[in-house]
Amino acid sequence: MSAEDRPILELRDVVKRYSVSRGLFASKRTLMAVGGVSLSVRRRQVLGLVGESGCGKSTLAKMVLGLETPSEGEVLIDGRPIASLGRLERARLVQPVFQDPYSSLNPRKTVASIIGLPLSVHGEGSSAERRGRVEEMLRLVGLAPRHAAAYPSQLSGGQRQRVAIARALILRPQLLICDEPTSALDVSVQAQILNLLMDLQSRLGLTCLFISHNLAVVQMLATRVAVMYLGRVVEEGPTAEVMLHAQHPYSLGLLASVLTPDPRLGLPETGLGSVFPDPLSPPPGCAFHPRCPLAFDRCRVESPLLLAHRDGARAACHAAERHAMVAA
Amino acid sequence: MLGSIPGSGGADMSDITLPQPAPPAIRRKRGRILGNPGLVVAALVLGLITLMAVFAPLVAPHDPYVQILDDRLIPPAFVDAEMSDPRYLLGTDNLGRDYLSRLIYGARISLLIGLLTVLVSGVIGTTLGVAAGYFGGRVDTVVSFLITTRLSLPVVMVALAVVAVAGGSLQVVVLVLGLLLWDRFAVVMRSATMQLRNLEYVAAARSVGCSTPRILLGEILPNLIPALVVVASYEMAQAILLEAALSFLGLGVQPPLPSWGLMVAEAKEVMLFDPWVILLPGLAICVLVLAINMLGDGIRDATAPEGRT
Repeated sequence: MSAEDRPILELRDVVKRYSVSRGLFASKRTLMAVGGVSLSVRRRQVLGLVGESGCGKSTLAKMVLGLETPSEGEVLIDGRPIASLGRLERARLVQPVFQDPYSSLNPRKTVASIIGLPLSVHGEGSSAERRGRVEEMLRLVGLAPRHAAAYPSQLSGGQRQRVAIARALILRPQLLICDEPTSALDVSVQAQILNLLMDLQSRLGLTCLFISHNLAVVQMLATRVAVMYLGRVVEEGPTAEVMLHAQHPYSLGLLASVLTPDPRLGLPETGLGSVFPDPLSPPPGCAFHPRCPLAFDRCRVESPLLLAHRDGARAACHAAERHAMVAA
Repeated sequence: MLGSIPGSGGADMSDITLPQPAPPAIRRKRGRILGNPGLVVAALVLGLITLMAVFAPLVAPHDPYVQILDDRLIPPAFVDAEMSDPRYLLGTDNLGRDYLSRLIYGARISLLIGLLTVLVSGVIGTTLGVAAGYFGGRVDTVVSFLITTRLSLPVVMVALAVVAVAGGSLQVVVLVLGLLLWDRFAVVMRSATMQLRNLEYVAAARSVGCSTPRILLGEILPNLIPALVVVASYEMAQAILLEAALSFLGLGVQPPLPSWGLMVAEAKEVMLFDPWVILLPGLAICVLVLAINMLGDGIRDATAPEGRT
């Protein structure tokens, strides 16, 4: 396999369990945050990871960043297991942009020292060289050199997120993890940050894992999309394929839930109901069946596998499988 | 502005101008400090007492140890104008020592004990609290046990017992109080660290490759300083009061050192006939402790989260 083809990020059956205490006398219970996820991201690709709150998106991101260790399975970055990498080595390969720019920047540090922190941790360059690189990064993310001396409290949300992006990119990582980088921002600022990310992605050839619960955002950026539900990937494929020919009823529901600016259309009807299952006791069979409009007997007993259907897309749904068989 | 030349010699401080919003932010902070009269008064009083203590040999009109037995218990002018002596502004004690000089030198003892005690207890409590809050798990269990154990000890009783065995001296008092008063530091730092630990900038620092000590010193500790200052001021006041109590009981600083607590103790023999003798050091303790507490409160208000998250 050539270096171009080798996936930058590969997840192999990654499982993360947490044991949850229910008080002093009750026994501990296991929460399956991520229940066996296999994904891969190739060089210069953007994988959009979507799903509702609590579906395990952020836990997945933390495992890729090495902030959490998987209970089972393996995370490989550039072909090497992340568990075998040292702290500094790992930091050179993968960097995060977090959701909330109000808590992701240390309020007691200047912008220059926040962006320059990776360089000083890795002992790169003299202080003059570092200052030069920080200025270069500031310009790259669309901030003025004068912002270098500012404190985060003097910046707007969008400016803060630009600082966070600059910090993530200054080490030129192989992989950028964006964990809902726009959901804490105003709508008008969201577009600016997305444009910046798209611009940087194409200019620097970034490989990106982009986590969001907003399908419209993912559609703009991602080359492939993976939909997660209750710790599992239920559908995965090229963006256009998933957007236009979604097979899984949950993906369809997500697509239907996108809000339109036309007030006459009212709130979208997803047909999914609003009941979120208890992740401490997930339903048997397909985890989605209590909310699924297409559920039948098999869904209540047997967990569906992630099977390829067409054009490199995969879905985990018995109903979609049956449908495909009927169509064939 | 020539800020567009990267890495050149021009990239010094001259092209990094202050960001526009900075002046209002500074003005807001200044306004918050000056707009709080309690804080200003406390700072002035404390500053005055500190200056007096530091420059005691220059400020004090007499030697605080010299006894002039002919001049015993001369009242200050505001107590008895006829009996007073212009040489002794606040009168003399029952051994004929100048009371003002003894009060000024006494401030030295009080401040010294307060500062040193806070230093000892602050280092112990902050280390334990930050470790418990950051690492959690077993470390937290052990530290929490230490805190509860410490809280079950009555401070005054333990201090009395130890001083009674080890003998009263400045070093012993500082050590005993320092080893006893760290509980509040530990409790506050533990919960504050727990909150900070889950913030994204700590996760970002870890992702960037920071070592644990670097995260603790560079990311966590700077954000604990406001809370630290408040607890330290409270504990300093507490230590000064306890020193006064121990000295009053004769188990703290030993005579002839002019500790305020000791002066109260010495004055109690004559307090029925000359109440001002006991009143003056009592008032001094009261003013100092009040000023320190008000300063702590004021600093807490001035650094309260606003525009900073």
